Amino acid sequence: MIPNPLRDPRDRRIPRVAGPCVLVLFGVTGDLASKKLLPAIYDLANRGLLPPGFSLVGFARRDWADEDFAQVTHDAVKAHSRTPFREEVWQQLSEGVRFVSGEFADDAAFDQLAQTVAQLDAERGTGGNYAFYLSVPPKAFQQVVQQLKRSGLSTPSEQAGGRKSWRRVVIEKPFGHDLASARELNNILSAVFPAGTVFRIDHYLGKETVQNLLALRFANSLFEPIWNRSYVDHIQITMAEDIGIGGRAGYYDGIGAARDVIQNHLLQLLALTAMEEPVSFAADSLRAEKEKVLSAVKIPEDMAVGTARGQYGAGWQGGIEVRGFLEEDGIAPDSTTETYAALRLTIDTRRWAGVPFYLRTGKRLPSRMTEIAVLFQRAPHLPFAATDTEELGQNALVIRIQPDEGVTLRFGSKVPGSAMEVRDVNMDFAYGESFTESSPEAYERLLLDVLIGDPPLFPRQEEVELSWQILDPIEDYWATHDKPEQYPAGTAGPAGADALIGRDGRAWRRL
Amino acid sequence: MLIDLTDTTTAEVRGALTRARDQLGGPTTGVVLNLIIMTDESRQHDAVRAANQAGREHPCRILGVISRGSSGSSRLDAEIRSGDGAAGQTVLLRLYGPMSLHPDSVVMPLLVPDTPVVTWWPGNGPDVPSGEPLGALAQRRVTDAASAGHPAEALHGLALAYRPGDTDLSWTRATSWRSLLAATIDQTDEAVHGGTVSAEEGNPTADLLTAWLASRLHAPFSREVSGGPGITGVSFAVDDGEITITRPDGRTATLSRPGQPDRHVALQRRDTAELLAEELRRLNPDEVYGETLAAACAAVPADRR
Repeated sequence: MIPNPLRDPRDRRIPRVAGPCVLVLFGVTGDLASKKLLPAIYDLANRGLLPPGFSLVGFARRDWADEDFAQVTHDAVKAHSRTPFREEVWQQLSEGVRFVSGEFADDAAFDQLAQTVAQLDAERGTGGNYAFYLSVPPKAFQQVVQQLKRSGLSTPSEQAGGRKSWRRVVIEKPFGHDLASARELNNILSAVFPAGTVFRIDHYLGKETVQNLLALRFANSLFEPIWNRSYVDHIQITMAEDIGIGGRAGYYDGIGAARDVIQNHLLQLLALTAMEEPVSFAADSLRAEKEKVLSAVKIPEDMAVGTARGQYGAGWQGGIEVRGFLEEDGIAPDSTTETYAALRLTIDTRRWAGVPFYLRTGKRLPSRMTEIAVLFQRAPHLPFAATDTEELGQNALVIRIQPDEGVTLRFGSKVPGSAMEVRDVNMDFAYGESFTESSPEAYERLLLDVLIGDPPLFPRQEEVELSWQILDPIEDYWATHDKPEQYPAGTAGPAGADALIGRDGRAWRRL
Repeated sequence: MLIDLTDTTTAEVRGALTRARDQLGGPTTGVVLNLIIMTDESRQHDAVRAANQAGREHPCRILGVISRGSSGSSRLDAEIRSGDGAAGQTVLLRLYGPMSLHPDSVVMPLLVPDTPVVTWWPGNGPDVPSGEPLGALAQRRVTDAASAGHPAEALHGLALAYRPGDTDLSWTRATSWRSLLAATIDQTDEAVHGGTVSAEEGNPTADLLTAWLASRLHAPFSREVSGGPGITGVSFAVDDGEITITRPDGRTATLSRPGQPDRHVALQRRDTAELLAEELRRLNPDEVYGETLAAACAAVPADRR
């Protein structure tokens, strides 16, 4: 293809805009669709990033007409969109909204879907380009993917002018529940969609702060020289939730915190924190570095001391009395599913040898937050009297992923006064302050990347498999040993987790 | 919070700014730039409001400089606004007497250190933006040829005076059009032989857009006069006919290609706050603007200026 003479790399004003296409959304009645996906589509349209004629097709087991789905979309957009509601943008978007009603087993419904998108190509010039977003439980993947194949929807077609149209499929976590099931899932998808057309969404990777981690590390000269075992004491990666499992009992029981959060989000954050500098930000280079560092991750030799897990019991969380996990609706009273998991991992590379990475995640913890904390070694010598530095802790660089996205640098400073006294102070960069309102939602970024076909922010199957290789032995150990410890809701986790880090003479950061 | 200082000094204004910050718990900590607005009383209100809105995306210290004429004796009045949902601080500086000829001496001590400076002339800009004392110290100098009495002449003057870092809101107004046109050409495999740009008479944005298309596509583009608002259409001549994009109402564009169904897309005209927000997003010189400005002025024959 000839390069477009109107595009100039120096011209930073012109945004990347997706080409003509249809987004087919399976599972439009879910929470994710109404709270995130539909609003994100509107926000993209409002920012002028969707192509003329962009069309959205919903597929679900509802007896809806196009107008009903348009109304549902309208309500979702009004309630949850990030950018202001503009009637003319909505008008343009709603003209391309269609709905197909049916079951996944229903051949006729998929034939109807094929007809609908073909009609959109003819009416709105969407060019035969389709992205299929499977916001459905993984057990339905096989059926949907097979139906897409049977109805011919998955096969790219030749367009006028010799252009080949594209087909892409988007899936959400969980990508399996262990290595074997992840491979099976991949086999199902890759039987119909080639590897480059499968987009696995880990919405954490779409967050600005996560991408900022790359900017922080590789655009500055300040941090990279100390980003290694010579200066770093240890790293804590935390994702704490204050909520319980809510209505997700059916999904959560048997999965647990480690599979739900550590396998994808926390190991991705670990990879981005620990990886070497990629030679470029092209998808392949970035993924190659992430895969390298994931393959060097070592799990604890003694699982009994290097891992911890817990279940929240009844207690008080945020001033409200809440039930314990085993009393939640839909959870068996003898369930061994963990709602809290902590791991001590090491990375066998020259950069990180001997530096522990502590990962923890849990539900019903005191507050909701996700952060990466890099804790530095203490100064080898302090030319102060011991009493002067009693209040001096470890220097720390904390990358807050959510909420209150930003970066905090913690270091010692002299307390004003006649005595020499050093105390920890914070230097703070808050995203919301320096860039008010400009941060797009993670799903906006990721949906746009799917429609443009830009894969760097999507984990590849190899990364998924490497993550399971790290987690599987731990899950196997847990399955055969005892039960998760109880911790009262609203506290910072089980005693075993404190012991895990305490043995190394360290402590978790306060939640 | 509003602090009014009459017949004051820059040292007093600085002190008041620091006190205001301490009382509100540090609204300047996240300030990412200094925005100097060179304006007069008649435009001051709208300009500061637009800057405040843009400041929601780019928290800034806004320094509005209002010259009250050089006769009489020198005097400085200052009005400091902070808090109230504004992301940064706004200072309106009214300069009386001979002091009004030396605005830089008033503004320099009030800039947030280590933070870039942007100077904006919402009304009639200077002949040579980079030649002004408050233009020279800025990374970006924002003018608006459309607000001049004779926009084409103003554009020509800006082209002669161009220095990297100059930019003009009439170029910013072209962005949504340029974005749509670039996306259209993305989907076009054949060569463009030429085309037209339809707009209101004397619209500087259309001048720049025409020059941009002609210089990038190496094809002749002509101007057609329409009733507006703004730019109403662009057409590309290709082998099998014409690709047209029309926007008669200033809100919605229709894209027509030979042998394909018409497509609609929202393409609103934007207000000053949005234009300014785009302008503040990048502070490095806009080379594409510089080249397009030069091409636009080379293309217009002298008798039409």
